[in-house]
Amino acid sequence: MEDILNLSALQLRDAVASGQTSAAEATVAYLAAIEKTEPRISAFNEVLAERAIGQAKKVDADVQAGRQPGPLAGVPVAIKDNMCTSYGLTTCSSKILANFQAPYTATAVARLEAAGAVILGKTNLDEFAMGSSTENSGFKPTRNPWDTDLVPGGSSGGSAAAVSARQCAAALGSDTGGSIRQPAAFCGVVGLKPTYGRVSRYGLVAYGSSLDQIGPITRDVADCALLMSVIAGHDPKDSTSVPNEAADYLASIDTPVEKLRIGMPKEFYSDALDSEISAAVGAAAEAYKSLGAEIVELSLPHSRIDRGSGGRLSSYAVACYYIVAMAEASSNLARYDGVHYGHRTPAKADNIVDLYSRTRAEGFGEEVKRRIMLGTYTLSAGYYDAYYNKALKVRRLIAEDFGKAFARCHVLLSPVSPTPAFRLGEKTADPLTMYLADIYTISANLAGLPGLSLPAGLAATGLPVGMQLIGPVFSEELLFRAARMYEKASGVTRLTPKIVNN
Amino acid sequence: MTETNDIVKPVIGLEIHVELATATKMFCRCRNRFGDRPNTNVCIVCIGMPGALPVMNKKAVEYAIKVGLAMNCGVAGFTKWDRKSYYYPDLPKNYQISQYDLPLSAAGHLEVPLPDGSIKKVRILRAHLEEDAGKNIHTAAAHTGVDLNRAGVPLLEIVSEPDLNSTDEVLAYARATQRLVRWLGASEANMQMGHMRFEPNINLHIIRKGRCYKTPICEVKNLNSFRALERTVQYEIDRQYAEWLAEPEGYSLDKLGKQNRGYDDSAGKTVFQREKEEAHDYRYFPEPDLVPVVVSDQWRESIRATIGELPLARRARYMKDYKLSFEDADALTQDAATGDLLDTAVKAGADAKRCTNLLLGRGAAIANEQGCTIARIGVTAEQLAELAKMLQAGQVNATAADRVFQKMVQTNQSPGSIAESEGLLAVTDTRRIEAWVDQVISANPQAVEDVRSGGKKQDKALGFLTGRVMQLSGGAAQPKEVQRLLRKKLGT
Repeated sequence: MEDILNLSALQLRDAVASGQTSAAEATVAYLAAIEKTEPRISAFNEVLAERAIGQAKKVDADVQAGRQPGPLAGVPVAIKDNMCTSYGLTTCSSKILANFQAPYTATAVARLEAAGAVILGKTNLDEFAMGSSTENSGFKPTRNPWDTDLVPGGSSGGSAAAVSARQCAAALGSDTGGSIRQPAAFCGVVGLKPTYGRVSRYGLVAYGSSLDQIGPITRDVADCALLMSVIAGHDPKDSTSVPNEAADYLASIDTPVEKLRIGMPKEFYSDALDSEISAAVGAAAEAYKSLGAEIVELSLPHSRIDRGSGGRLSSYAVACYYIVAMAEASSNLARYDGVHYGHRTPAKADNIVDLYSRTRAEGFGEEVKRRIMLGTYTLSAGYYDAYYNKALKVRRLIAEDFGKAFARCHVLLSPVSPTPAFRLGEKTADPLTMYLADIYTISANLAGLPGLSLPAGLAATGLPVGMQLIGPVFSEELLFRAARMYEKASGVTRLTPKIVNN
Repeated sequence: MTETNDIVKPVIGLEIHVELATATKMFCRCRNRFGDRPNTNVCIVCIGMPGALPVMNKKAVEYAIKVGLAMNCGVAGFTKWDRKSYYYPDLPKNYQISQYDLPLSAAGHLEVPLPDGSIKKVRILRAHLEEDAGKNIHTAAAHTGVDLNRAGVPLLEIVSEPDLNSTDEVLAYARATQRLVRWLGASEANMQMGHMRFEPNINLHIIRKGRCYKTPICEVKNLNSFRALERTVQYEIDRQYAEWLAEPEGYSLDKLGKQNRGYDDSAGKTVFQREKEEAHDYRYFPEPDLVPVVVSDQWRESIRATIGELPLARRARYMKDYKLSFEDADALTQDAATGDLLDTAVKAGADAKRCTNLLLGRGAAIANEQGCTIARIGVTAEQLAELAKMLQAGQVNATAADRVFQKMVQTNQSPGSIAESEGLLAVTDTRRIEAWVDQVISANPQAVEDVRSGGKKQDKALGFLTGRVMQLSGGAAQPKEVQRLLRKKLGT
């Protein structure tokens, strides 16, 4: 049983397709792993054990009948609970959707299933994906498998923790400002935020629609490419999904990038950065050099990080991100009003406005309310130009910086987060400090670029440290190849927290 | 009620909401149809489920562009969608996808025929596309029902400049718009089905002793009949003038700004709703779920090519080329298809005036009975042309043609075969007509005497005898020929 859990998604797929092992066996093994570690981690909102076993048996029947079982045959995956599934609940870890059963399945999830994946369950997140630690879940915090006193990052903390803790072979997360990459770094796994429009958002419960993307969270780079090949592609149901078809990212993954030029934005290596992370990313740059890559120092002036009065960090990108994301969120979350579905106040409302107010006051958590308030404010008459319109201009400038940078290099190498995983409760009292956890990741969302987070190594504390590769739009193939070069050379892959064996 | 020497000029702008006649809704593939059981034409998109995304209906954009072009608007090469936020149970997302600063069409005008025969040029500020809301239904005592069948239906909002200066002008403009959108096939514009709704903005410019006073602009929402529009505008003109008379310095645009009023149909009045300060802040921002709409020159021109001749141009042409009266030309240009029928028949060699008489005579009567346009009663241009030619050639007389037309609608046969089988073909055989004439002369000595003696009674008596002969012939004789023979035999 232990052996199955140590297989990568790719290895497991091959084992299932060739009949060496069965999808049912793998699914049962993962369900047992969940049972063992879940009380300490709390990664899942819902485990769909019965349905998963049924799905697995169907895959096994296909294999036995000689039917093509699909590129994810029998691979047990977990889904962040902000993607709609026509089975189980879709809660967004919010009380307002605590009992919500979606009548349809998100395109990305449907594609996984069509490829033979087994859906194990729905994972915890910061309510409506708003947060960087999964502490904003309306239900419970998820804990980091490397140290359960630490947060797993967020908002895809449940998915990242589940992959890290071997509770699933792979998972889907969503990333609006770093919500795949930062928890991947905190949990020592691989996560990709694809190019905006590369993966359908149909069925992803919207937070910041112009920034949201679904992406894979996996144990190694090849698995990430495998899942991405399945979920990427045009979807006529999402107008912002790009019309060209996606590549088979796995096919080229072991082909190193010749004369790889790696840009290091100097703005990202200031005193704001934790020294251990700085050292780890620096070491990764050296490793790339020894593989024949060239390191180019360059500048992303509008992604600059300043230290303001009182030592607090600030950045155009963070400010811009929070204005755009909160404005969109205030509108996207307007529909949760107790009229058509979801939580409705049990109190007797005096009138429709009272019904709205009570329902939303009861259903939403503090951080969600804060963002709705701020977003509503920035879109209000008289403030629109000063906030939202200005943020759009900054967004354009940030994107232009990247365009200039990519004229000089293939990919950018940067930290994922300024610190390794922090303690539960450490930042909850100060939302602004929490927002800075996204300081290195949000620029890619604002510019619509793909960003890949992969483990650089382990810090002296024994905690994983991540690094990020950012490429031009639709450069996922290049990112996977570049990431694979480092993974292969460094041997830093499939990191296993102790909890797996305890 | 105007005080002596006050010059009162109503200044009125009209917003017209037109539901477009697409098969499906604006942003999903649900059926766009009125009258179905509540909440049967709905899906995850128009019900606003979490994670659902809108996909634009291209046909709706084409209709909207077509109307914009026909109103002489400039069509934007680049436009986008915006979210307009407000909370209401019939708006499931609590925002409406609309167009804010870049409307699809802008800066046009419509030439509106007024009852006095003059033409009023009404400038169009903008015409933008949006999704309709659902409907709250207040039939149960303790609850309000919500029907979302209408939620997401494509809605074109046409905003005029405040160029209208009387109730008559407002009505004429509203009717001209109705005729235009029907003409273009962009909307059925059926008032009973809520396809058209009006929102007038009304105030008065009052000149007294060389000074111009402006009353507060009042916007009245959601009027869904021409009658309500007419009563609202007239009521507002009277009310605003009365309020101004009571307080000429206080009741002013400067002091009170804009107000919203509602229309109470049972009372035929408008009632105050809110001041401008209490107005909604709609918090418009660009809709991130949809990509901008790029209208290429080629696309725009291909739509323009489908517009064809517009009603006023066609009416003028009918008066000039076909020598029709204003009334006839106007009646034939209420919709495109009726005029098309006439044009095709004329092209096939028929006389325009005879075709017009057929269409507006028996044709209009049948259309009226059936409650449809003349084009829809089921007569083809070929039938019309053939019948008009038969009239021209004297093969049937007007009475017979009327009966042939009626039969044509019922049986779909050619007029020639109908006339033949019904014995309605004109009899040109003089000996047969002479026999009927002789028979009538011998049976009506008094009338014969009246004709022969000349004098006052002659014409009437001749008419009477002609009628008798026609009756005897079953309508098949030519009245002119009958009269000629009567006169000859009676020596007048």
